Amino acid sequence: MFLELFYGLRDEGVPVALQEWMTMLEAVKRGLHGSNLLRFYHLARACLVKSETYFDAFDRVFARVFRGVEGTLDLTDEVLEWLRDPKNFPRLSPEELAALERLTADELMQRFLETLAEQTERHDGGDRWIGTGGRSPYGHGGQHPTGIRIGGAGGGRSAMKVAGERRFREYRTDVALDVRQIRVALRRLRQLTRTGLATELDLDETIDETCRNAGEIELVFRPPRRNDVRLLLLMDVGGTMEPYYEPVSQLLTALHEERGLREFRPYYFHNCIYDHVYTQARLIRANAVPTGNLLHHLDERWKVAIVGDAAMHPTELLEPHGGINPHSTSPTPGIAWLHRVAGHFQRAVWINPDERELWDRTHTTRLIRRLFPMFRLSVDGLGDAVQALVGARV
Amino acid sequence: MGEPNGFHRFKGTPSYIASGPLVDAVNCAVALERPLLIKGEPGTGKTLLATHVAEGLCMPMLSWYIKSTSKAAEGLYVYDTVQRLNDSRFGGGNVADIRRYIKLGPLGRAFAAPERHVLLIDEIDKADLEFPNDLLRELDEMRFTIIETSEEVIARERPVVVVTSNNEKELPDAFLRRCIFHYIEFPDAALMKRIVAVHHPNLDTTLLDQVLIKFYWLREQSELRKKPSTSELIDWISALLRAGITPDQIEAHIPFLGALLKKEQDADALQRHDLKGGRYPTRWSELGPRYNQ
Repeated sequence: MFLELFYGLRDEGVPVALQEWMTMLEAVKRGLHGSNLLRFYHLARACLVKSETYFDAFDRVFARVFRGVEGTLDLTDEVLEWLRDPKNFPRLSPEELAALERLTADELMQRFLETLAEQTERHDGGDRWIGTGGRSPYGHGGQHPTGIRIGGAGGGRSAMKVAGERRFREYRTDVALDVRQIRVALRRLRQLTRTGLATELDLDETIDETCRNAGEIELVFRPPRRNDVRLLLLMDVGGTMEPYYEPVSQLLTALHEERGLREFRPYYFHNCIYDHVYTQARLIRANAVPTGNLLHHLDERWKVAIVGDAAMHPTELLEPHGGINPHSTSPTPGIAWLHRVAGHFQRAVWINPDERELWDRTHTTRLIRRLFPMFRLSVDGLGDAVQALVGARV
Repeated sequence: MGEPNGFHRFKGTPSYIASGPLVDAVNCAVALERPLLIKGEPGTGKTLLATHVAEGLCMPMLSWYIKSTSKAAEGLYVYDTVQRLNDSRFGGGNVADIRRYIKLGPLGRAFAAPERHVLLIDEIDKADLEFPNDLLRELDEMRFTIIETSEEVIARERPVVVVTSNNEKELPDAFLRRCIFHYIEFPDAALMKRIVAVHHPNLDTTLLDQVLIKFYWLREQSELRKKPSTSELIDWISALLRAGITPDQIEAHIPFLGALLKKEQDADALQRHDLKGGRYPTRWSELGPRYNQ
């Protein structure tokens, strides 16, 4: 029974290692739980779970293991995992669609919860279980006229309730955690150098000089080590970037709070960089800064991170006056400006919030990837991007 | 219930109300000789806990307040080379004796002490990311070597280590695996009444109810950037008592708002609520089902 708790927690993604498990067994052996289930619950949680974000998962597993009660009928990541990949099943005929029973919203939700409780593994096709590409009213990429869609992108129109949204709202409470993870990734954005005023006592050098000076103390000072990274952030806003508002704003929050950077300047653009970039997310003329000035003022040691989906109409990238904002057209095509940016700075990266699989499907993304190393806007991707900005050249 | 191996048990102290799970976590850490990691919202008494653990267990306490510049080695010892250099130049005592220039840090002193100490490592997340990792071996084995004199400091009595974190940084997994973890949840109304009673024993019950209703209502407001905490509530009640505020006065508006809200935007948000003619709740039932008494 105890082992069930251990593996149950690991299955839920709670990082429990053997060491913590032994700690708990030791505590139980000493009778610290006082043979009381509630106190055992708290004891086990204190020994096994090391972050309040996993408390919920612990509660579910504990309830399942120790009371024979099923975990709450919630949208778990597992369900979303089943549904992530819609298989392309042959289109259903209108007769088949009509044959499927039409359910009301409440009935549908009820049946969904019941089915979820029964289901134990990933399921594709068929017409009863939750899965992808089937005729069951529950799942993703299905064709039931009144189906519930779980997670994923809204491909079909018939999904009348996006059940997945509930899950995302719950995850909103983890925003602080995400910003923290981003901050941890950004912490490596450092190049320590000694520049500026000599205010720190250099002990080794002082001893050396004192010896040279026949014991007469000679204090030697040096400038303290300081982060020398200056970061220029160029952000695509509006339009296709709208769905990524949340992760992008988290990145911006983390960067603004990152005190370690020597200098940090964010600018905004829409779809592609042309003659002007903007100091505010509202791209109006009052906020405009000529891109040429930026290149003129910032030397090549500035690190550049461009955040954008790189997906646009080819003319926006390649043609003169290609920008979609009619008030500020520019005779220089966007690709030329991107060339200049890539050529001017020693290190520049492109951070793309789109899924990696989508990158090769868009013509403009392929072109831009030739100019900038591209990384995904995720905790891991950011780590790699930071490595590309300050790490050793590979 | 059985109380085996008769070690001192922490039960809370008269001036610190600890919940059952917290008491269990403390005792677990004491019995297993593991560091106790405490997290929780600011103002829930994380730092205070260590003082009261020391008081409850009748042990002396050492504190190590971590700053962003703190180094793990400083907790063990510091070799004061500058003093030694100075002494060698101006002749101040026996320079040959390096031990005179080794100054033990809080962790080192807790190890070297003859009796068992409570050691508070406060706000460990303020330091560099690698800081907790640098302490792993010392906290595990409770011993370290002073390189300059090749002396080994071994803890005679393993100290009770209380570590607090404000979640500013993710702590390394290897460090977390060694800890007993407790998250101090924000106290519910019933526990809060007991906590307030410790600080303000003779508070009028109708006033207390009104105060708590306003307090929990404020915390429920999603516009607020910084929710008021327990310690701010205690301060606020002190202010109300000094001014002799009656329960009726507090029903209509919230006096001494500055004691609760510390951000300009938050005070503005509440002012907007006032201007829109918003009213404040006066009964627990108005706060929703969670607060039904």
